[in-house]
Amino acid sequence: MTISNKIKKLLLYIVLGAVAIIQIYPLVWMILISFKDNNEIFSGNIMGLPKRFLWQNYVVAIRDAKVGVFFLNSVKVSVLTLFFTICLSLCVAYAISRLEWKNSKTVLNFFLLGIMIPSQAVIMPIYELASKTHLLNTHFLLICVYIVFALPTSIYILSSFMSGLPRELEESAYIDGASIYRAFFSIIIPIIKPAIVSVLILNFIGVWNEFMFAFVLINTDSLRTIPVGIQSLVGQYNTNWGPMAAAMVVATIPTVIIYTIFSGQIQNSLIVGSVKG
Amino acid sequence: MKMKDNKIAILVFTLPAICLYTFFLVIPIFASLGLSFFKWDGIGPLFFNGIQNYISVFVHNIDSFWQSAGNSMLFAILCVVIQLPLALILALVLANGVKGESFFRTVYFVPVIISSVIIGALFSRVYNPDYGLLNTILGKIGLGSLKRMWLGDPKTALLAAFVPQIWQFIGYHMLLMYAAIKQVPSEIVESAKIDGAGSFQIATKIKIPLIKPMLEVCLIFAVTGSLKIFDLMYVLTPNGGPLNSTQIPTGLMFTELFTNYSTGIGSTIAVFIVVECLIFTFLIQKTFKEKIV
Repeated sequence: MTISNKIKKLLLYIVLGAVAIIQIYPLVWMILISFKDNNEIFSGNIMGLPKRFLWQNYVVAIRDAKVGVFFLNSVKVSVLTLFFTICLSLCVAYAISRLEWKNSKTVLNFFLLGIMIPSQAVIMPIYELASKTHLLNTHFLLICVYIVFALPTSIYILSSFMSGLPRELEESAYIDGASIYRAFFSIIIPIIKPAIVSVLILNFIGVWNEFMFAFVLINTDSLRTIPVGIQSLVGQYNTNWGPMAAAMVVATIPTVIIYTIFSGQIQNSLIVGSVKG
Repeated sequence: MKMKDNKIAILVFTLPAICLYTFFLVIPIFASLGLSFFKWDGIGPLFFNGIQNYISVFVHNIDSFWQSAGNSMLFAILCVVIQLPLALILALVLANGVKGESFFRTVYFVPVIISSVIIGALFSRVYNPDYGLLNTILGKIGLGSLKRMWLGDPKTALLAAFVPQIWQFIGYHMLLMYAAIKQVPSEIVESAKIDGAGSFQIATKIKIPLIKPMLEVCLIFAVTGSLKIFDLMYVLTPNGGPLNSTQIPTGLMFTELFTNYSTGIGSTIAVFIVVECLIFTFLIQKTFKEKIV
């Protein structure tokens, strides 16, 4: 390798490294200040490591600032949304891609149109519905809305996986006397587990981070999900940096854990999900 | 298999989802459209007033509507000229096979999985005039004269609010483009190399033209995504920011709904956002079709 090539290589890595720092440092910074108190921050140690790790900030965030409550609400809403989304979209995807009927394409397109719809398109009527039916400040309506917005991409991903499977899979089962439902549960579902995992992860990140609907439909402290909870703390804990940062770290932990475990799968599912943008 | 079983099974499998989807998505879309032709405070009776809401918003420019639409348009343009090219360069470099390829890809992507509310709360700290990361760094590298109240100054607030949103999704577009570049058949690249093409030529003449479908997807995501931004903007500069300088259509929609109790005007703005996104999607698709043929 010539010297000029070596210099080029070096420059390239410097640039790539700099971009990596730009992308990751704000998050590292968030973790650093989550262990500091205001005295330390305001006396000049803004960027460096904390003098000592103030776990107290996390206690304040989780207990006093109710981040623990927000967290559990988010867990509940996410789990229920994921459960119903995966059940409903598996069923639809199966009917569309494995059963033969005239209008299957129409039904698929009906759902796929939903990918283009921004939440702004429905938020007013949903809010009015909520306030007229006492569904405001319930997780029920929020979950329904999340399911509906998760269905299009989920159905798209699952049905494109299922239609790639050979027909013979179920045919031999039918010959052995299995019903459609039997074939669905014991043949198709086990085979497409990887696709199911992708759909679950994709939807989990979306639901865990969703702000607009949660912000509009829920205004009781005890029912807030993580993003709305954090938003409500921004004003309240504006001057108290440590606990605020601790709250943000707690809110981020689940997605980061899932990302570290499934990073390859997350990247794949986003790519698959984007193809039919 | 009996035909009747099949029909019942299809109903069992699809009906629940279709009902839910119709009730919570399809009907509300039409309701939004319908409400935009009425005057309604959300509680009392509805008054049909034709296209009066549209005239108020588009012609009389209430709440400085066009300024907010212009802001979101400016954001879309910035995404297209800054975010996407950066993502493309990173994708090309990484897909070329550098050491630590998957490490860089994974790190660049991290901000994407984080809630935009967290990103907003974080950057409101970054921009803090006294103790924020940005002013601190500026002070340390001797550019203290540039220190300012980034989000409090109407001159800088809008751009300062755009930066984290551009920053957050570079990794997303990078990943999509990277995946597409990896699909380019290696024989084509190899034979170009044998013909003496440099890596710059291979990128511009072979790889970029071949990943056009993915570029189209990224362009549509970037443009429609910026036209409907809300979360991060709301956390960074609630209520339109200093002198309303960071107001965006979605923000206006919320003001109309929750502050002015004007469901009709709010719905009109909602219709505007949806139609605007559809038009841009259509235009981008059309441009790409013509260019490819």
